Amino acid sequence: MNLILDGIAWILDPANQTGPGGWFARLGEQLAYTFGAVAIAAIIAIPLGYLVGHTGRGRDVAVSLSGGFRALPSLGVLILLGLGLGIGFRAPLITFVILAIPPILAGAYAGFEAVDRKTIDAARAVGMTEGQIVRQVEVPLGLPLLIGGIRSGVLQVVATATLAAYVSGGALGAFIFEGVATRNYSETLGASILVTLLALILEGVFALIQKLVVPRGVVAREIKEVRTVSSRPRAAVGSPIQEGK
Amino acid sequence: MKWLESNFELVWQLTLAHIALSVPPIVIGFLISIPIAWVANRYRVSRGTILVVLGLLYTIPSLPLFIFMPIVLGTPLLSSVNVSVALTIYAVALMVRTAADGLESVDKDTLLAASAMGYSAWQRFWRVELPLSGPVLLSGLRVVSASTVSLATIGSVVGVTSLGYLFINGFQRNIAAEVITGIVAVLVIAVVFDLILVLLGRVVLPWSRRERTGSTRASRRQAALLSGGVS
Repeated sequence: MNLILDGIAWILDPANQTGPGGWFARLGEQLAYTFGAVAIAAIIAIPLGYLVGHTGRGRDVAVSLSGGFRALPSLGVLILLGLGLGIGFRAPLITFVILAIPPILAGAYAGFEAVDRKTIDAARAVGMTEGQIVRQVEVPLGLPLLIGGIRSGVLQVVATATLAAYVSGGALGAFIFEGVATRNYSETLGASILVTLLALILEGVFALIQKLVVPRGVVAREIKEVRTVSSRPRAAVGSPIQEGK
Repeated sequence: MKWLESNFELVWQLTLAHIALSVPPIVIGFLISIPIAWVANRYRVSRGTILVVLGLLYTIPSLPLFIFMPIVLGTPLLSSVNVSVALTIYAVALMVRTAADGLESVDKDTLLAASAMGYSAWQRFWRVELPLSGPVLLSGLRVVSASTVSLATIGSVVGVTSLGYLFINGFQRNIAAEVITGIVAVLVIAVVFDLILVLLGRVVLPWSRRERTGSTRASRRQAALLSGGVS
C-alpha cells in the first residue's frame, strides 16, 4: 500500500506535472495518439464497414479480418514499424491506426446487420432510395453498435499508446519505461495509475455516449432476453366463443 | 529466413515459453468464468454489477496491470506469475460476458422440459444448460485464446520471457527479421490454438455442426463479440 501512496505522491508532485517532460504534456500526447489514430481509422473503416453491412458482400473477409487482427501482437508491429520508419511519433501512430481499424469495422457492419430486414424492406416499400435507406434507416439504427466499436477502438489504443515510448514516441509510457530502467518504482507506478484512470474515464464517457445515441424508441441491438421469448408458438388458449350474445 | 535458420533453437525455446505462459490463463480463465457467469445470470442485480466490474477490469491497460500485480500479489517484480495472473484476469473479464450470454441463450422451454422430466437443478445445469450453451462458449473461448496469446508478448517488457523477447532484442540490435519472426510465431501459435479449439468443439459438441440454418443469430453474436473488447 505504501508503494501506491508513493505513486500517488509522484502524480501530485508539481515537479512532475508541468514542463515538456511533465505528465500533463505526456497525457496530452497519449490523448493525441488515441484520438488521432481512432479518427484516421474511422475514416477508413466506417465507409468500408457500411459497404459490407449494406451489400452483405465481403462479410466473411471482414469477420475473419477483425477476428484475426486480435492475435496480432501490437508490440511487434510497433517495433517493426519503428525499425522501418525510425523513432518518433509516426511508427506508433500507424500501429494504432492498424489496431483501431478492426473493432470500428466490426462495429460498422454489425450495426447495419443488426437492423431488422423487415425494417429495410418496409423502407424500400415506402419508396426510399438505397441512399435514403442507408442514411435514414441503417445509419441511425446501427449507431449504437458503431459507437461500441469506436469505444473499444479508443480503449485499445489508449492502452497500447503506453508502448509508444518504446520507440521514443512519448506519451505516458515514457515514465513507465524510465522508472523501470532507473528502478524508480514510484514513477512507474504513478504513470501506471494515470494510464489506468485515463482508460477508465474514457470508458465511462463512451458508455454514456453509447446510451445517448440510441434513436428514440428503437434499440438496434440483438434481443438480450432470449429466454423470456418462447421459440415455439404457444397452444392457442382463448376464451371460448360465446354464441348468442 | 536466414536469421531464423541460425537462431531456430532460440525461437523454439521462446515459443515453448510463450505457450507455457498463455495456456494456463486461457484454461483457468475459462473454468473461473463459468460459475461467475452462472451467478451473474441467476439474479438480476448481480448480472449488472458483475458484468460492469469485469468490464472495468478489462479496461485496465496491460502494461500497468503487469506493474500493479507484484503489489497485489506480493510476488517479485520479474516473476512470470505476475503476467499469468494478469492474463487470467483479462481472460475472465472477457469470458464472463460471453458465458453469461451463452447460458442465457438456452431456450427456456428446454429448461422447463428438463425440469419436468425430473432433472435436479444441478443435473440440469451439467446435462442441458452447459452443453446447449457450448457453441457460444466456444466462440468466446476462441477470442480469449487469440487475445491472450497476443498479450503475452507484452510481458517481455517487464522482463518475463515470451516471444516478445524477439521484438525487444530485434529492436535493440536492429534486426527486422527477428521482429518479423516473432510476429509470425505469435500468429502461428494463435492459429494453432484456434484450430485446436475448433476441433475440440467438433468433438465435444457434435450437434453444433449441423446447425447451419440458425447461423445468422450466431454470426451476429460473433460480430457483436468482435466489436467489443480491448487489448
